[in-house]
Amino acid sequence: MTDMSLIAVVSVLTAGLTVAIGAGLAALAEGRAVAQGLQSIAQQPDETNSISRAMFVGLAMIETSGIYCFVVSLILIFANPFWRAVQ
Amino acid sequence: MTLSPDEIVYFSIGPLNVSATLVFTWVVMALLVGMSLVVRRGLRVEPPIGRAQLMFEALIGFVLDQIRDVAHQEPRRYLPFVGTLFLFILTSNVLSVVPGFRPPTGSLTTTAALALAVFLAVPVFGVSQVGLRRYLRSYLEPMPIMLPFTILGEITRTLALAVRLFGNVMSSSLLIAVLLVVAPLAFPVLMQALGLLIGVLQAYIFTVLALVYIAAGMSQSQKRVSTGGSA
Repeated sequence: MTDMSLIAVVSVLTAGLTVAIGAGLAALAEGRAVAQGLQSIAQQPDETNSISRAMFVGLAMIETSGIYCFVVSLILIFANPFWRAVQ
Repeated sequence: MTLSPDEIVYFSIGPLNVSATLVFTWVVMALLVGMSLVVRRGLRVEPPIGRAQLMFEALIGFVLDQIRDVAHQEPRRYLPFVGTLFLFILTSNVLSVVPGFRPPTGSLTTTAALALAVFLAVPVFGVSQVGLRRYLRSYLEPMPIMLPFTILGEITRTLALAVRLFGNVMSSSLLIAVLLVVAPLAFPVLMQALGLLIGVLQAYIFTVLALVYIAAGMSQSQKRVSTGGSA
């Protein structure tokens, strides 16, 4: 196997794994956060506005890690810095 | 398939590339400024009030309410900065359903610029509230040994702000581009509706987070003032 195809294989595999694990764990965490938030809203419907705002901000924070994984995998596929090493 | 609107360059003036990002930023700016000018010409305080004015009033009222709820302070101070961020991101995200429009927020350069503006606004608001010395001293609280972590936290949250908006907007437009190849009938429309929802949500989240950062910088310094006054 040439260096080029080795880099391609490793990059594609890693990109897939990155998105799979990153998105999966972020989705699990977001599910827990939403479940807890909905429970709080059910217990205190008067506080719906502040609870849902805090929940959305927290969801954005959690989602950031998933987005990081997505961006890393995009870099690996579309803008891989290691191509230049073998060209 | 182009990943970012930066790669579409219409023409260059010397070293300056006029890319799709820049052009569509101008489009959004022109739209916002133009609509504001048109509405300003017909401003009325008594009925009948025009629809456009009502829409703008509702929008500004929503932003003011959110600022008041999040920052627990008089919202007028924050409105110019935070409201501009919200309107710009909202407009460019919502316009992404228009065919041919590449949302400028789907480019890392735009979102990095917006996040840098927030990064600079935090000390500007904090210093204007309590003065330079008190603001700088708030970095040494609760312990001076925490200083590197505080600085690191400021940098990483700015990075997260930029990458979050970029990743969300870019991924939804990329998803639609991929779906058009795989399943061009009806399915991309559903995803576009989801992208619209995510775009509005991201505009809201970016604004609220910017506000939270600014308000945290100001209230930390304010706490120092009150304890310093009592001591």
